[in-house]
Amino acid sequence: MGKLVEVQNLKQYFRVGGSLFRKQYIKAVDDVSFYIGKGETLGLVGESGCGKTTTGRALLRLYEPTGGKILYDGIDITHAKMQPYRRKMQIVFQDPYASLDPRMTVGDIVGEPLDIHKLSDSKKDRTDKIIAMLERVGLNSEHANRYPHEFSGGQRQRIGIARALAVDPEFIVCDEPISALDVSIQAQVINMFEKLQDEMGLTYLFIAHDLSVVKHISDRIGVMYLGRMVELANSYELTFHNVHPYTRSLISAIPIPDPRINRARHRIILQGDVPSPLHPPSGCNFRTRCPYATAICSEQEPEFREVGANHFAACHNLDKVPKA
Amino acid sequence: MNDRKANPLSMQLDVSDFLPASDSEKQSLVIMRDSVGFWRDGFHRLRKNNIAMISLVVIVIVLILAFIVPSFYPYDYAQQIRGSENLFPMTYSKAEQANIDSGVSVFPHFLGTDNLGRDLSIQIMMGSRISLLVGIGASAIILLIGSLYGAIAGYFGGRADLIMMRIVDMIYTVPDLLIIILLIATLRVPLTALSNNNPAFKWVNTVGVGLICIFIVFGLLYWVGMARIVRSQVLTLKEQEYVTAARALGASSSRIIRNHLLKNCIGILIVTTTLQIPAAIFTESFLSFIGLGVAAPMPSLGSLAASALGAISSFPHRLLAPSLMISMIILSLNLFGDGLRDAFDPKLKK
Amino acid sequence: MNELLLEIKNERLSFFTPAGEVKALNDVSFSMKQGEVLGIVGESGSGKSVTAYSIMGITAHPGRLIGGEIHFNGHRIDLLNEKELRKIRGNEVSIIFQDPMTSLNPVYTIGNQICEVLILHTHCSKKVARQKAVDLLTLVGINEPERRVKQYPHELSGGMRQRVMIAIALACEPKLLIADEPTTALDVTIQAQILELMMDLKKKLGMSIIMITHDLGIVSSMCEKIAVMYAGKIVEYGTIDDIFYNPCHEYTKGLLNSIPKLTEVEHEPLVPIEGTPVDMLNPPAGCPFAPRCKSCMQICLTTMPDYTYLSDDHYSACWLLQKKEFETQQEDK
Repeated sequence: MGKLVEVQNLKQYFRVGGSLFRKQYIKAVDDVSFYIGKGETLGLVGESGCGKTTTGRALLRLYEPTGGKILYDGIDITHAKMQPYRRKMQIVFQDPYASLDPRMTVGDIVGEPLDIHKLSDSKKDRTDKIIAMLERVGLNSEHANRYPHEFSGGQRQRIGIARALAVDPEFIVCDEPISALDVSIQAQVINMFEKLQDEMGLTYLFIAHDLSVVKHISDRIGVMYLGRMVELANSYELTFHNVHPYTRSLISAIPIPDPRINRARHRIILQGDVPSPLHPPSGCNFRTRCPYATAICSEQEPEFREVGANHFAACHNLDKVPKA
Repeated sequence: MNDRKANPLSMQLDVSDFLPASDSEKQSLVIMRDSVGFWRDGFHRLRKNNIAMISLVVIVIVLILAFIVPSFYPYDYAQQIRGSENLFPMTYSKAEQANIDSGVSVFPHFLGTDNLGRDLSIQIMMGSRISLLVGIGASAIILLIGSLYGAIAGYFGGRADLIMMRIVDMIYTVPDLLIIILLIATLRVPLTALSNNNPAFKWVNTVGVGLICIFIVFGLLYWVGMARIVRSQVLTLKEQEYVTAARALGASSSRIIRNHLLKNCIGILIVTTTLQIPAAIFTESFLSFIGLGVAAPMPSLGSLAASALGAISSFPHRLLAPSLMISMIILSLNLFGDGLRDAFDPKLKK
Repeated sequence: MNELLLEIKNERLSFFTPAGEVKALNDVSFSMKQGEVLGIVGESGSGKSVTAYSIMGITAHPGRLIGGEIHFNGHRIDLLNEKELRKIRGNEVSIIFQDPMTSLNPVYTIGNQICEVLILHTHCSKKVARQKAVDLLTLVGINEPERRVKQYPHELSGGMRQRVMIAIALACEPKLLIADEPTTALDVTIQAQILELMMDLKKKLGMSIIMITHDLGIVSSMCEKIAVMYAGKIVEYGTIDDIFYNPCHEYTKGLLNSIPKLTEVEHEPLVPIEGTPVDMLNPPAGCPFAPRCKSCMQICLTTMPDYTYLSDDHYSACWLLQKKEFETQQEDK
């Protein structure tokens, strides 16, 4: 399976004030490396401030990377002109209410990418393509003349997906696409993502904070904390045989909808709050909340290295963490 | 609550009630509400606003009087009728009275005449036409320059925005009336010469140097207010996710500004322009009042008021008529603009 | 201890908006005993928050109670006027909201905001209130309470702000704490802390909690009884074992089948609930879930089902259950 998207030592820093000589930065993404294979779904999880959304957008060059390399199908696109790649790499946003222009009809919203990339030959061709896209996501042609505010959240999300699919992309960044939807609609949209992946051979980067959803849809999962990746493994391994203390406590904190399991569970409750991204701890940035932290954790940043078959983690004290 | 077990038989149920319902039957329960666009919604709200509707009627009447009626009016604004000087409203001169008595119909002077025998009603109507043309023309210039400038500054941000906005700040400090007066003083001689020597520029003399200078100054100075408003709108709008979505689709900056940013500003643009018109009219009237506006004999509401000042005690109607007209135009445009803002203000929507 | 703390009978509440009447609550009835933790589960538009606000009498305009009775701690909430309600709010029943950022006043210190509640209801002196505020901050697990008490909301993190909200809510030791999606805006690890705190406090102070959420995971770890709401109606009510292991309403079943489970080993496809949530301006006649129900019958389209009791504590409103009864009765004939 070839690598479709690869990220090497990606850094995305944002300037936030500070004086002329002591510039302050938020290190939203701090030296992250991973790849996504063709047809694969890589999940990215973490809590607020971990940098997962920034990673997804930096991949699409919606920000200018501060450092590192982005490769698409083997080609270095870190500083390339993005116009030809915009057809191949698309994004679906979290907020179905904000990501659609309220003044455009649904038909125009889905047709915009066709216009930008000149993908339709005639007006009729354009209309046909738009209707085909709408039907693919479970809407119909009579929806094309309506405005976004007339639809529910789930339907608006489908419109956003139709827009991303209009250019026939290879790779889609799904930026928390179901967080803003009702629970009963989430399953519909998740199923649709999977169906589209099968039908169109898509590759996904699926970003979410809900690990249950990410595990369901992803082949491999990366866990991020304060801008760094702490563990990366396939879904089964990460859920049942994880090694990093943060992954362990993250999974432990997720409430499971099963009373018997809950009663029998041993919960690891982390103390304290997430440190401010402006002043991350030295060395390993999880050490302030880690139950296994030792002296070396404050001095040296742990290396993100392979600890098992295609299983990576960044921790000095893996041997201290009990087996899952 | 314990004995709420319903007795099915008491409800007259029967077996057919429990047959499964088909998909179409279920779908028929889910009807989509009628499509209500942004404009329809806004106009609906506007129609309910009585003050705005009355203002609209007044504006329409003024438009008819200014643009349509003069073509059918028997009197011309420059026509001086000997013997009919300084007539009060609805009165006739001796000569005209004689005509009426002998059976010849004489169109009444609704508002009287001025000291040179010119019918006041047609003068007021023509004056309103000038005022409205100046108002609308000036506002169009302001809209064009201001919105483009503000949108570009707001969208590109950074250093471009900084420089552009400092230019705006500097223009704000320039005293507009002073510039107009200076311009008029400077341009009067060359423009009159141009008009006299070159047949293509004949209209310069009719329109008057003053009016041309007004337009120049509007184009140079007055667009800054609009630019600031549009820029602040664009600054908010460009953070919206649909703009990021358009960038991710590969849209160019001009496309984004055109299709997404300016389109979403239309409400504010319309309202600001509508409120800009009375401001422009007022400026023109004021300048004409102090003698710097339209050249005689072309009437302007301001110049009519100025020439009527001297005769205020003897012929008050000559001052009252143009003053009331200016007030009515400006007030109705302001009230209508307010009504538009209330109707289309997105904050008032749910 | 067996007396009912809260009893709601046939509550009907509507919002009279310019677009029409939104029947937010359509004949809602349930009760709670002292010391119980009840979870109200539902999606947007189900009426779960509206129910909670009506218990405190803080239904937003243009909402109005149009029927039913609300008995709380010996008071008839639906008959009290504003002045009498104010004595109860913050005192006998408190609420914590979803977004701690907007629920705390940014221009007052948190000490000030806790003291406000104390002084209002207990009429104690400022000094006493100040000390109590520090004690409360310790109770909710905020370290360095003397320093924190002088800080402003924007100086605290989301989790801390929610703790402050809890402190304010508990200041007068209410009998009932209503938590309206208290952890939705928080990270998962912080959520676990807050939920653990709430359970600790419940044990310490013996208060009852109504937990309003859309997250079935949260209710399964915290609550004893669950009411599942859909389109302004309680469609199923039961103990957590009943709801999770023996659900009888199609909506409850659908919800349980449609959430991805962390513990599953094989990739099982999700079974979603088809259709879209109800438009509350035009709710269908009959059962509100009918258009989305895969077992929908003719009668479901026209008539609202009655409650069927599967046990004292487990009931549901569904014609399928009535059908079973009907068939048994037909057989008996």
